[in-house]
Amino acid sequence: MTASTPTLQVAPMPTVAEIRKDFPILQQEVHGHPLVYLDSTASSQKPVQVIEAMDEYYRTIHANVHRGVHTLSEAATTAYEDARLKVARFINAPSTKEIIFTRNTTEGLNLVAYSWGRANLKPGDEVLITEMEHHSNIVPWQLICEITGATLRYVPITPRGELDYDALSQLLNEKTKVFAFTAMSNVLGTINPVAELVARAHAVGAIAVVDGAQSVPHLKTDVQALDADFLAFSSHKMLGPTGIGVLYGRKEILQAMPPFLGGGDMIREVKLSGSSWNDLPYKFEAGTPAIAEAVGLSVAIDYLNQVGMDWITEHERQITAYAWEQLQQIEGLRILGPDPERRGGLLSFIFGDIHPHDIASILDMQGVAVRAGHHCAQPIHDHYGISASTRASFYIYNSLDEVDRLVAALHQAKDIFSF
Amino acid sequence: MDDFYRENILDHYRYPRHKGHLEDPDIHYHDVNPFCGDEITLELKVEDDRIVEAAFDGKGCAISQASASMLTEELVGMTLEEVRQLNKDYIIDLLGIPIGPVRLKCALLPLKVLKAGVWGLEEWPE
Ligand SMILES: Cc1ncc(COP(=O)(O)O)c(C=O)c1O
Repeated sequence: MTASTPTLQVAPMPTVAEIRKDFPILQQEVHGHPLVYLDSTASSQKPVQVIEAMDEYYRTIHANVHRGVHTLSEAATTAYEDARLKVARFINAPSTKEIIFTRNTTEGLNLVAYSWGRANLKPGDEVLITEMEHHSNIVPWQLICEITGATLRYVPITPRGELDYDALSQLLNEKTKVFAFTAMSNVLGTINPVAELVARAHAVGAIAVVDGAQSVPHLKTDVQALDADFLAFSSHKMLGPTGIGVLYGRKEILQAMPPFLGGGDMIREVKLSGSSWNDLPYKFEAGTPAIAEAVGLSVAIDYLNQVGMDWITEHERQITAYAWEQLQQIEGLRILGPDPERRGGLLSFIFGDIHPHDIASILDMQGVAVRAGHHCAQPIHDHYGISASTRASFYIYNSLDEVDRLVAALHQAKDIFSF
Repeated sequence: MDDFYRENILDHYRYPRHKGHLEDPDIHYHDVNPFCGDEITLELKVEDDRIVEAAFDGKGCAISQASASMLTEELVGMTLEEVRQLNKDYIIDLLGIPIGPVRLKCALLPLKVLKAGVWGLEEWPE
Protein backbone atom coordinates (compact mmCIF):
# COMPACT_ATOMS: atom_id res chain seq x y z
CA MET A 1 0.00 0.00 0.00
CA THR A 2 1.56 3.18 -1.11
CA ALA A 3 -1.51 5.38 -0.92
CA SER A 4 -0.47 8.49 0.85
CA THR A 5 -2.38 9.40 3.96
CA PRO A 6 -3.80 12.88 3.63
CA THR A 7 -2.02 15.27 5.93
CA LEU A 8 -4.20 17.65 7.80
CA GLN A 9 -3.09 21.21 7.18
CA VAL A 10 -3.58 23.03 10.43
CA ALA A 11 -2.87 26.72 10.42
CA PRO A 12 -0.63 27.68 13.33
CA MET A 13 -2.47 29.46 16.10
CA PRO A 14 -1.85 33.19 15.93
CA THR A 15 -0.41 34.98 18.90
CA VAL A 16 -1.59 38.34 20.07
CA ALA A 17 1.94 39.69 19.65
CA GLU A 18 1.88 38.71 15.96
CA ILE A 19 -1.59 40.12 15.44
CA ARG A 20 -0.60 43.41 17.04
CA LYS A 21 2.15 43.91 14.49
CA ASP A 22 -0.57 44.25 11.84
CA PHE A 23 -2.16 47.19 13.66
CA PRO A 24 0.04 50.26 13.22
CA ILE A 25 -2.20 52.47 15.35
CA LEU A 26 -1.59 50.33 18.42
CA GLN A 27 2.13 51.01 18.30
CA GLN A 28 1.95 54.49 19.73
CA GLU A 29 2.19 56.14 23.08
CA VAL A 30 -0.58 58.23 24.60
CA HIS A 31 0.45 60.69 27.33
CA GLY A 32 3.79 58.91 27.52
CA HIS A 33 2.37 55.40 27.97
CA PRO A 34 1.97 52.61 25.40
CA LEU A 35 -1.62 52.81 24.15
CA VAL A 36 -4.04 50.28 25.62
CA TYR A 37 -7.06 50.36 23.33
CA LEU A 38 -10.12 49.02 25.13
CA ASP A 39 -12.83 50.64 23.02
CA SER A 40 -13.40 48.20 20.15
CA THR A 41 -17.09 47.92 20.95
CA ALA A 42 -17.42 51.50 19.75
CA SER A 43 -15.09 50.94 16.80
CA SER A 44 -12.30 48.48 16.13
CA GLN A 45 -8.84 49.33 14.79
CA LYS A 46 -7.80 48.26 11.26
CA PRO A 47 -5.00 45.93 10.22
CA VAL A 48 -2.48 47.20 7.72
CA GLN A 49 -3.89 44.74 5.15
CA VAL A 50 -7.21 46.62 5.12
CA ILE A 51 -5.56 50.03 4.96
CA GLU A 52 -3.31 48.95 2.10
CA ALA A 53 -6.11 47.31 0.13
CA MET A 54 -8.11 50.52 0.14
CA ASP A 55 -5.05 52.53 -0.79
CA GLU A 56 -4.32 50.13 -3.63
CA TYR A 57 -7.89 50.31 -4.85
CA TYR A 58 -7.66 54.09 -5.18
CA ARG A 59 -4.23 53.88 -6.81
CA THR A 60 -5.14 51.30 -9.44
CA ILE A 61 -8.82 50.47 -9.82
CA HIS A 62 -11.20 53.25 -8.91
CA ALA A 63 -14.09 54.21 -11.19
CA ASN A 64 -17.83 54.27 -10.61
CA VAL A 65 -19.47 50.85 -10.46
CA HIS A 66 -22.18 49.33 -12.69
CA ARG A 67 -23.20 50.66 -16.12
CA GLY A 68 -19.65 51.66 -17.11
CA VAL A 69 -18.07 49.44 -19.77
CA HIS A 70 -14.50 50.72 -19.60
CA THR A 71 -11.82 48.62 -17.96
CA LEU A 72 -11.60 50.46 -14.67
CA SER A 73 -15.34 50.51 -14.20
CA GLU A 74 -15.47 46.78 -14.78
CA ALA A 75 -12.62 46.20 -12.33
CA ALA A 76 -14.29 48.37 -9.72
CA THR A 77 -17.62 46.58 -10.23
CA THR A 78 -15.91 43.22 -9.86
CA ALA A 79 -14.15 44.33 -6.66
CA TYR A 80 -17.42 45.64 -5.24
CA GLU A 81 -19.40 42.51 -6.12
CA ASP A 82 -16.61 40.23 -4.87
CA ALA A 83 -16.94 41.97 -1.53
CA ARG A 84 -20.65 41.19 -1.53
CA LEU A 85 -19.91 37.52 -2.14
CA LYS A 86 -17.32 37.54 0.65
CA VAL A 87 -19.91 38.96 3.05
CA ALA A 88 -22.55 36.44 1.97
CA ARG A 89 -20.16 33.54 2.67
CA PHE A 90 -19.05 35.04 5.97
CA ILE A 91 -22.59 34.93 7.37
CA ASN A 92 -23.65 31.93 5.28
CA ALA A 93 -26.34 33.81 3.37
CA PRO A 94 -27.84 31.68 0.57
CA SER A 95 -27.52 34.43 -2.04
CA THR A 96 -25.70 37.70 -2.73
CA LYS A 97 -29.11 39.15 -3.61
CA GLU A 98 -29.76 39.17 0.11
CA ILE A 99 -26.70 41.29 0.96
CA ILE A 100 -27.43 45.01 0.89
CA PHE A 101 -24.59 47.41 1.49
CA THR A 102 -25.57 50.26 3.80
CA ARG A 103 -23.59 52.92 5.64
CA ASN A 104 -23.77 51.12 8.98
CA THR A 105 -26.01 49.13 11.31
CA THR A 106 -28.11 52.20 11.99
CA GLU A 107 -28.96 52.64 8.33
CA GLY A 108 -29.80 48.94 7.95
CA LEU A 109 -32.23 49.06 10.87
CA ASN A 110 -33.80 52.26 9.54
CA LEU A 111 -34.18 50.64 6.13
CA VAL A 112 -36.17 47.77 7.62
CA ALA A 113 -38.27 50.00 9.86
CA TYR A 114 -39.20 52.39 7.05
CA SER A 115 -39.50 50.14 4.02
CA TRP A 116 -40.97 47.09 5.69
CA GLY A 117 -42.77 49.02 8.42
CA ARG A 118 -44.56 51.51 6.20
CA ALA A 119 -45.85 48.72 3.97
CA ASN A 120 -46.84 46.29 6.73
CA LEU A 121 -47.75 48.07 9.97
CA LYS A 122 -51.15 49.51 10.87
CA PRO A 123 -53.02 50.57 14.00
CA GLY A 124 -53.56 47.60 16.32
CA ASP A 125 -50.28 45.97 15.26
CA GLU A 126 -47.44 45.71 17.73
CA VAL A 127 -43.71 46.11 17.32
CA LEU A 128 -41.68 44.39 20.03
CA ILE A 129 -38.14 45.42 20.93
CA THR A 130 -36.16 45.10 24.18
CA GLU A 131 -34.93 47.46 26.87
CA MET A 132 -31.34 46.52 26.11
CA GLU A 133 -31.30 47.95 22.60
CA HIS A 134 -28.89 50.50 21.20
CA HIS A 135 -30.71 53.72 20.23
CA SER A 136 -30.41 52.65 16.59
CA ASN A 137 -32.81 49.77 17.27
CA ILE A 138 -35.21 51.93 19.29
CA VAL A 139 -35.63 55.28 17.59
CA PRO A 140 -36.47 54.02 14.04
CA TRP A 141 -39.25 51.89 15.57
CA GLN A 142 -40.54 54.81 17.61
CA LEU A 143 -40.67 56.88 14.43
CA ILE A 144 -42.37 54.21 12.33
CA CYS A 145 -44.93 53.49 15.05
CA GLU A 146 -45.75 57.19 15.11
CA ILE A 147 -46.27 57.15 11.34
CA THR A 148 -48.26 53.92 11.09
CA GLY A 149 -50.19 53.97 14.37
CA ALA A 150 -48.68 50.65 15.47
CA THR A 151 -47.82 50.21 19.16
CA LEU A 152 -44.24 49.79 20.39
CA ARG A 153 -43.60 47.41 23.28
CA TYR A 154 -40.41 46.61 25.17
CA VAL A 155 -39.22 43.36 26.72
CA PRO A 156 -37.86 44.31 30.17
CA ILE A 157 -34.50 43.14 31.48
CA THR A 158 -33.82 41.29 34.72
CA PRO A 159 -31.52 42.68 37.43
CA ARG A 160 -28.77 40.41 36.03
CA GLY A 161 -29.07 42.10 32.68
CA GLU A 162 -30.79 39.35 30.73
CA LEU A 163 -34.11 39.41 28.91
CA ASP A 164 -37.12 38.70 31.09
CA TYR A 165 -38.45 35.58 29.39
CA ASP A 166 -41.69 35.46 31.37
CA ALA A 167 -42.54 38.95 30.21
CA LEU A 168 -41.44 38.05 26.69
CA SER A 169 -43.98 35.20 26.57
CA GLN A 170 -46.74 37.70 27.35
CA LEU A 171 -45.50 40.44 25.07
CA LEU A 172 -44.86 38.31 22.01
CA ASN A 173 -48.29 37.38 20.70
CA GLU A 174 -50.41 37.33 17.55
CA LYS A 175 -50.54 41.15 17.51
CA THR A 176 -46.74 41.28 17.20
CA LYS A 177 -45.71 41.88 13.60
CA VAL A 178 -42.01 42.38 14.15
CA PHE A 179 -39.62 41.42 16.95
CA ALA A 180 -36.36 43.36 16.75
CA PHE A 181 -33.55 42.63 19.22
CA THR A 182 -29.82 42.78 19.64
CA ALA A 183 -27.74 39.62 19.41
CA MET A 184 -25.31 41.07 21.95
CA SER A 185 -25.79 44.10 24.18
CA ASN A 186 -23.14 46.78 23.76
CA VAL A 187 -23.48 47.79 27.43
CA LEU A 188 -24.29 44.62 29.36
CA GLY A 189 -22.37 42.25 27.11
CA THR A 190 -25.35 39.88 27.27
CA ILE A 191 -25.41 37.35 24.45
CA ASN A 192 -29.02 36.66 23.52
CA PRO A 193 -30.14 33.24 22.21
CA VAL A 194 -30.82 34.50 18.70
CA ALA A 195 -32.08 31.27 17.10
CA GLU A 196 -34.50 30.68 19.96
CA LEU A 197 -35.81 34.26 19.84
CA VAL A 198 -36.24 34.09 16.06
CA ALA A 199 -38.20 30.83 16.42
CA ARG A 200 -40.44 32.42 19.03
CA ALA A 201 -41.11 35.37 16.72
CA HIS A 202 -41.92 33.07 13.82
CA ALA A 203 -44.23 31.00 16.00
CA VAL A 204 -46.56 34.01 16.34
CA GLY A 205 -46.15 35.02 12.70
CA ALA A 206 -43.81 37.97 13.35
CA ILE A 207 -40.64 38.72 11.41
CA ALA A 208 -37.35 38.75 13.36
CA VAL A 209 -34.90 41.62 12.95
CA VAL A 210 -31.48 41.06 14.53
CA ASP A 211 -29.04 43.82 15.43
CA GLY A 212 -25.73 42.05 14.81
CA ALA A 213 -23.47 45.08 15.36
CA GLN A 214 -21.80 43.42 18.36
CA SER A 215 -22.22 39.76 17.50
CA VAL A 216 -20.97 39.51 13.92
CA PRO A 217 -17.46 40.87 14.72
CA HIS A 218 -17.01 38.42 17.62
CA LEU A 219 -19.10 35.28 17.08
CA LYS A 220 -19.39 32.98 14.09
CA THR A 221 -22.65 33.88 12.35
CA ASP A 222 -24.85 31.67 10.18
CA VAL A 223 -28.06 33.43 9.10
CA GLN A 224 -29.56 30.17 7.85
CA ALA A 225 -29.02 28.44 11.17
CA LEU A 226 -30.38 31.46 13.01
CA ASP A 227 -33.27 31.66 10.52
CA ALA A 228 -33.27 35.47 10.95
CA ASP A 229 -35.30 37.58 8.53
CA PHE A 230 -32.95 40.53 8.82
CA LEU A 231 -29.48 40.99 10.28
CA ALA A 232 -27.73 44.37 10.36
CA PHE A 233 -24.05 45.01 11.17
CA SER A 234 -21.23 47.54 10.67
CA SER A 235 -17.86 47.10 8.99
CA HIS A 236 -16.04 49.46 11.34
CA LYS A 237 -16.57 47.22 14.34
CA MET A 238 -15.04 44.17 12.60
CA LEU A 239 -11.63 45.51 11.47
CA GLY A 240 -13.08 47.16 8.37
CA PRO A 241 -13.43 50.83 7.44
CA THR A 242 -16.16 53.23 8.53
CA GLY A 243 -18.82 54.22 6.00
CA ILE A 244 -20.07 50.76 5.08
CA GLY A 245 -22.39 48.29 6.74
CA VAL A 246 -24.47 45.31 5.77
CA LEU A 247 -28.12 44.44 5.89
CA TYR A 248 -28.90 40.79 5.27
CA GLY A 249 -32.57 40.27 4.38
CA ARG A 250 -34.57 37.22 3.43
CA LYS A 251 -35.16 37.35 -0.31
CA GLU A 252 -38.95 36.93 -0.35
CA ILE A 253 -39.37 39.72 2.19
CA LEU A 254 -36.98 42.06 0.39
CA GLN A 255 -38.75 41.44 -2.91
CA ALA A 256 -42.11 42.42 -1.45
CA MET A 257 -40.76 45.58 0.20
CA PRO A 258 -40.87 49.06 -1.35
CA PRO A 259 -37.48 50.80 -1.76
CA PHE A 260 -35.92 52.91 1.01
CA LEU A 261 -34.03 55.69 -0.78
CA GLY A 262 -34.76 56.70 -4.35
CA GLY A 263 -32.18 57.64 -6.98
CA GLY A 264 -29.63 56.18 -9.34
CA ASP A 265 -28.83 52.45 -9.42
CA MET A 266 -32.01 51.40 -7.61
CA ILE A 267 -34.36 51.80 -10.61
CA ARG A 268 -35.24 49.62 -13.58
CA GLU A 269 -36.95 52.37 -15.59
CA VAL A 270 -37.65 55.98 -14.83
CA LYS A 271 -40.54 57.64 -16.65
CA LEU A 272 -42.04 60.97 -15.82
CA SER A 273 -45.22 59.09 -14.95
CA GLY A 274 -43.38 56.88 -12.44
CA SER A 275 -40.54 54.41 -12.00
CA SER A 276 -40.03 50.70 -11.50
CA TRP A 277 -37.41 49.10 -9.30
CA ASN A 278 -34.18 47.31 -10.00
CA ASP A 279 -33.60 43.72 -8.90
CA LEU A 280 -32.20 42.77 -5.52
CA PRO A 281 -29.98 43.89 -3.95
CA TYR A 282 -29.72 47.05 -6.06
CA LYS A 283 -33.28 48.12 -5.32
CA PHE A 284 -32.00 49.06 -1.88
CA GLU A 285 -28.69 50.65 -2.92
CA ALA A 286 -29.50 54.11 -4.26
CA GLY A 287 -26.61 56.24 -5.48
CA THR A 288 -22.87 55.60 -5.74
CA PRO A 289 -21.95 53.14 -3.01
CA ALA A 290 -18.88 53.01 -0.75
CA ILE A 291 -16.69 51.02 -3.14
CA ALA A 292 -13.26 51.36 -1.54
CA GLU A 293 -14.89 50.63 1.81
CA ALA A 294 -16.42 47.43 0.38
CA VAL A 295 -12.92 46.40 -0.67
CA GLY A 296 -11.64 47.19 2.83
CA LEU A 297 -14.46 45.19 4.42
CA SER A 298 -13.69 42.26 2.15
CA VAL A 299 -10.08 42.20 3.32
CA ALA A 300 -11.18 42.59 6.93
CA ILE A 301 -13.29 39.45 6.50
CA ASP A 302 -10.25 37.64 5.06
CA TYR A 303 -8.31 38.68 8.13
CA LEU A 304 -11.02 37.46 10.51
CA ASN A 305 -11.30 34.17 8.62
CA GLN A 306 -7.58 33.67 8.69
CA VAL A 307 -7.35 34.17 12.42
CA GLY A 308 -10.57 32.19 12.80
CA MET A 309 -13.80 33.31 14.41
CA ASP A 310 -13.59 30.47 16.94
CA TRP A 311 -10.13 31.62 18.00
CA ILE A 312 -11.41 35.19 18.34
CA THR A 313 -14.39 34.18 20.48
CA GLU A 314 -12.22 32.01 22.73
CA HIS A 315 -9.53 34.68 23.03
CA GLU A 316 -12.09 37.27 24.10
CA ARG A 317 -13.68 34.82 26.53
CA GLN A 318 -10.34 34.33 28.28
CA ILE A 319 -9.58 38.03 28.51
CA THR A 320 -13.08 38.84 29.71
CA ALA A 321 -12.99 36.13 32.38
CA TYR A 322 -9.62 37.45 33.60
CA ALA A 323 -10.78 41.08 33.55
CA TRP A 324 -13.93 40.09 35.39
CA GLU A 325 -11.87 38.43 38.15
CA GLN A 326 -9.56 41.41 38.46
CA LEU A 327 -12.25 44.07 38.43
CA GLN A 328 -14.42 42.20 40.93
CA GLN A 329 -11.58 42.55 43.43
CA ILE A 330 -11.56 46.33 43.26
CA GLU A 331 -13.51 47.69 46.17
CA GLY A 332 -16.42 49.88 45.17
CA LEU A 333 -16.54 48.67 41.58
CA ARG A 334 -19.75 47.14 40.25
CA ILE A 335 -19.95 45.37 36.90
CA LEU A 336 -23.23 45.62 34.99
CA GLY A 337 -24.72 42.56 33.31
CA PRO A 338 -24.35 38.79 33.43
CA ASP A 339 -21.50 36.49 34.50
CA PRO A 340 -18.53 36.03 32.15
CA GLU A 341 -19.86 32.72 30.76
CA ARG A 342 -22.89 34.44 29.30
CA ARG A 343 -21.38 37.61 27.94
CA GLY A 344 -19.26 38.87 25.11
CA GLY A 345 -15.92 40.66 25.41
CA LEU A 346 -16.88 43.81 27.22
CA LEU A 347 -17.34 45.00 30.79
CA SER A 348 -19.34 48.08 31.74
CA PHE A 349 -19.06 49.19 35.33
CA ILE A 350 -19.64 51.91 37.85
CA PHE A 351 -16.92 52.76 40.31
CA GLY A 352 -17.90 54.30 43.65
CA ASP A 353 -19.39 57.64 42.85
CA ILE A 354 -16.64 58.68 40.44
CA HIS A 355 -18.31 59.93 37.30
CA PRO A 356 -17.47 57.79 34.23
CA HIS A 357 -16.09 60.85 32.46
CA ASP A 358 -13.62 61.41 35.24
CA ILE A 359 -12.63 57.74 35.22
CA ALA A 360 -12.10 57.80 31.46
CA SER A 361 -10.02 60.99 31.68
CA ILE A 362 -7.79 59.57 34.41
CA LEU A 363 -7.38 56.31 32.46
CA ASP A 364 -6.57 58.22 29.30
CA MET A 365 -3.77 60.03 31.07
CA GLN A 366 -2.26 56.59 31.61
CA GLY A 367 -2.74 55.62 27.99
CA VAL A 368 -5.80 53.45 28.61
CA ALA A 369 -8.68 54.16 26.20
CA VAL A 370 -12.14 53.25 27.53
CA ARG A 371 -15.55 54.69 26.77
CA ALA A 372 -17.69 56.66 29.22
CA GLY A 373 -21.30 57.71 28.90
CA HIS A 374 -24.60 56.06 28.13
CA HIS A 375 -23.15 54.25 25.06
CA CYS A 376 -26.26 55.13 23.02
CA ALA A 377 -28.34 52.92 25.30
CA GLN A 378 -30.03 55.26 27.76
CA PRO A 379 -32.90 52.89 28.68
CA ILE A 380 -30.44 50.36 30.13
CA HIS A 381 -28.89 53.04 32.32
CA ASP A 382 -32.33 54.23 33.42
CA HIS A 383 -33.09 50.63 34.35
CA TYR A 384 -30.14 50.64 36.76
CA GLY A 385 -30.90 54.16 37.96
CA ILE A 386 -27.61 55.55 36.68
CA SER A 387 -26.92 58.13 33.99
CA ALA A 388 -23.69 56.69 32.63
CA SER A 389 -21.15 53.90 32.94
CA THR A 390 -17.55 53.18 31.97
CA ARG A 391 -16.91 50.42 29.44
CA ALA A 392 -13.78 48.42 28.66
CA SER A 393 -14.06 46.18 25.60
CA PHE A 394 -11.73 43.59 24.12
CA TYR A 395 -10.93 42.32 20.66
CA ILE A 396 -8.50 40.24 18.66
CA TYR A 397 -5.48 42.43 19.54
CA ASN A 398 -5.91 42.83 23.31
CA SER A 399 -3.78 41.02 25.86
CA LEU A 400 -3.99 40.06 29.52
CA ASP A 401 -1.23 42.59 30.25
CA GLU A 402 -3.54 45.29 29.05
CA VAL A 403 -6.12 44.21 31.60
CA ASP A 404 -3.44 44.69 34.26
CA ARG A 405 -2.81 48.19 32.95
CA LEU A 406 -6.54 48.90 33.20
CA VAL A 407 -6.64 47.67 36.79
CA ALA A 408 -3.60 49.75 37.78
CA ALA A 409 -5.15 52.84 36.21
CA LEU A 410 -8.40 52.25 38.08
CA HIS A 411 -6.50 52.14 41.36
CA GLN A 412 -5.00 55.49 40.45
CA ALA A 413 -8.49 56.90 39.85
CA LYS A 414 -9.46 55.72 43.27
CA ASP A 415 -6.45 57.43 44.82
CA ILE A 416 -7.22 60.71 43.10
CA PHE A 417 -10.81 60.69 44.24
CA SER A 418 -9.72 59.11 47.54
CA PHE A 419 -12.80 57.34 48.70
CA MET B 1 -2.66 63.94 35.66
CA ASP B 2 -2.26 65.88 38.88
CA ASP B 3 -2.60 68.85 36.60
CA PHE B 4 -6.06 67.93 35.40
CA TYR B 5 -7.61 66.87 38.68
CA ARG B 6 -6.03 69.67 40.67
CA GLU B 7 -6.82 69.85 44.31
CA ASN B 8 -9.00 72.94 43.88
CA ILE B 9 -11.16 71.21 41.25
CA LEU B 10 -11.61 68.19 43.47
CA ASP B 11 -12.31 70.48 46.38
CA HIS B 12 -15.11 72.26 44.53
CA TYR B 13 -16.43 68.89 43.40
CA ARG B 14 -16.48 67.43 46.90
CA TYR B 15 -17.63 70.56 48.67
CA PRO B 16 -19.59 72.52 46.07
CA ARG B 17 -20.28 76.17 46.87
CA HIS B 18 -23.75 77.61 46.34
CA LYS B 19 -25.25 74.18 45.79
CA GLY B 20 -28.99 74.10 46.44
CA HIS B 21 -31.98 76.20 45.62
CA LEU B 22 -33.14 79.79 46.17
CA GLU B 23 -36.53 80.90 47.35
CA ASP B 24 -38.37 82.68 44.54
CA PRO B 25 -35.48 82.98 42.12
CA ASP B 26 -35.85 85.63 39.40
CA ILE B 27 -34.10 83.39 36.93
CA HIS B 28 -34.29 79.62 36.85
CA TYR B 29 -32.82 77.55 34.04
CA HIS B 30 -31.98 73.89 33.46
CA ASP B 31 -30.12 72.09 30.70
CA VAL B 32 -28.28 68.85 30.00
CA ASN B 33 -25.30 67.90 27.89
CA PRO B 34 -26.87 65.45 25.40
CA PHE B 35 -23.54 63.67 24.90
CA CYS B 36 -23.07 62.60 28.49
CA GLY B 37 -26.25 63.41 30.39
CA ASP B 38 -24.63 65.91 32.78
CA GLU B 39 -27.25 68.25 34.23
CA ILE B 40 -27.10 71.76 35.62
CA THR B 41 -29.88 73.88 37.10
CA LEU B 42 -29.07 77.48 37.89
CA GLU B 43 -31.07 79.92 39.99
CA LEU B 44 -30.41 83.64 40.37
CA LYS B 45 -31.84 86.56 42.28
CA VAL B 46 -31.37 89.85 40.48
CA GLU B 47 -31.68 93.43 41.71
CA ASP B 48 -31.17 96.42 39.38
CA ASP B 49 -29.63 94.18 36.73
CA ARG B 50 -27.10 92.88 39.23
CA ILE B 51 -26.92 89.32 40.55
CA VAL B 52 -27.36 89.26 44.31
CA GLU B 53 -27.71 85.52 44.92
CA ALA B 54 -26.83 82.43 42.91
CA ALA B 55 -27.36 78.72 43.42
CA PHE B 56 -26.92 75.62 41.31
CA ASP B 57 -27.94 72.02 41.41
CA GLY B 58 -26.74 69.26 39.14
CA LYS B 59 -25.33 65.85 38.44
CA GLY B 60 -22.25 65.00 36.52
CA CYS B 61 -18.50 64.73 36.37
CA ALA B 62 -15.99 66.59 38.50
CA ILE B 63 -15.29 69.08 35.73
CA SER B 64 -18.90 70.13 35.12
CA GLN B 65 -19.77 70.33 38.80
CA ALA B 66 -16.58 72.14 39.81
CA SER B 67 -17.11 74.56 36.95
CA ALA B 68 -20.63 75.31 38.23
CA SER B 69 -19.40 75.75 41.78
CA MET B 70 -16.60 78.11 40.75
CA LEU B 71 -18.86 80.06 38.43
CA THR B 72 -21.54 80.67 41.06
CA GLU B 73 -18.86 82.00 43.39
CA GLU B 74 -18.00 84.64 40.80
CA LEU B 75 -21.55 85.55 39.87
CA VAL B 76 -22.66 87.37 42.98
CA GLY B 77 -22.17 91.07 42.30
CA MET B 78 -21.91 90.70 38.55
CA THR B 79 -24.20 92.69 36.26
CA LEU B 80 -26.27 90.92 33.63
CA GLU B 81 -24.30 92.77 30.96
CA GLU B 82 -21.09 91.31 32.41
CA VAL B 83 -22.67 87.87 32.25
CA ARG B 84 -23.29 88.39 28.55
CA GLN B 85 -19.56 88.96 28.00
CA LEU B 86 -18.40 85.76 29.72
CA ASN B 87 -16.81 83.31 27.29
CA LYS B 88 -15.00 80.02 27.01
CA ASP B 89 -11.65 81.43 28.07
CA TYR B 90 -13.15 82.82 31.23
CA ILE B 91 -14.14 79.30 32.31
CA ILE B 92 -10.80 77.79 31.31
CA ASP B 93 -9.03 80.44 33.40
CA LEU B 94 -11.35 79.73 36.29
CA LEU B 95 -10.59 76.01 36.19
CA GLY B 96 -6.92 76.62 35.52
CA ILE B 97 -6.32 73.44 33.51
CA PRO B 98 -5.73 72.61 29.86
CA ILE B 99 -8.83 70.95 28.50
CA GLY B 100 -9.63 69.01 25.29
CA PRO B 101 -12.67 69.49 23.06
CA VAL B 102 -14.83 66.76 24.60
CA ARG B 103 -14.25 67.68 28.22
CA LEU B 104 -14.62 71.34 27.29
CA LYS B 105 -18.36 70.68 26.88
CA CYS B 106 -18.44 69.46 30.49
CA ALA B 107 -16.67 72.61 31.63
CA LEU B 108 -18.90 74.95 29.62
CA LEU B 109 -22.30 73.49 30.51
CA PRO B 110 -22.79 75.79 33.56
CA LEU B 111 -21.94 78.89 31.49
CA LYS B 112 -24.27 77.73 28.73
CA VAL B 113 -27.08 77.36 31.26
CA LEU B 114 -26.29 80.77 32.70
CA LYS B 115 -26.36 82.59 29.37
CA ALA B 116 -29.50 80.76 28.24
CA GLY B 117 -31.24 81.64 31.52
CA VAL B 118 -30.22 85.28 31.55
CA TRP B 119 -30.14 86.21 27.87
CA GLY B 120 -31.88 83.37 26.05
CA LEU B 121 -28.57 82.51 24.34
CA GLU B 122 -28.81 78.80 23.64
CA GLU B 123 -25.47 78.24 21.89
CA TRP B 124 -22.37 76.76 23.42
CA PRO B 125 -20.19 79.70 24.59
CA GLU B 126 -17.38 80.60 22.19
C1 LIG C 1 -25.59 46.89 19.55
C2 LIG C 1 -25.35 48.02 18.59
N1 LIG C 1 -26.26 48.30 17.67
C3 LIG C 1 -26.09 49.28 16.77
C4 LIG C 1 -24.96 50.06 16.77
C5 LIG C 1 -24.86 51.16 15.75
O1 LIG C 1 -23.79 50.98 14.92
P1 LIG C 1 -23.43 52.10 13.87
O2 LIG C 1 -23.16 53.33 14.66
O3 LIG C 1 -22.22 51.57 13.18
O4 LIG C 1 -24.60 52.26 12.99
C6 LIG C 1 -23.98 49.82 17.72
C7 LIG C 1 -22.77 50.67 17.77
O5 LIG C 1 -22.34 51.12 18.79
C8 LIG C 1 -24.17 48.77 18.64
O6 LIG C 1 -23.26 48.50 19.58
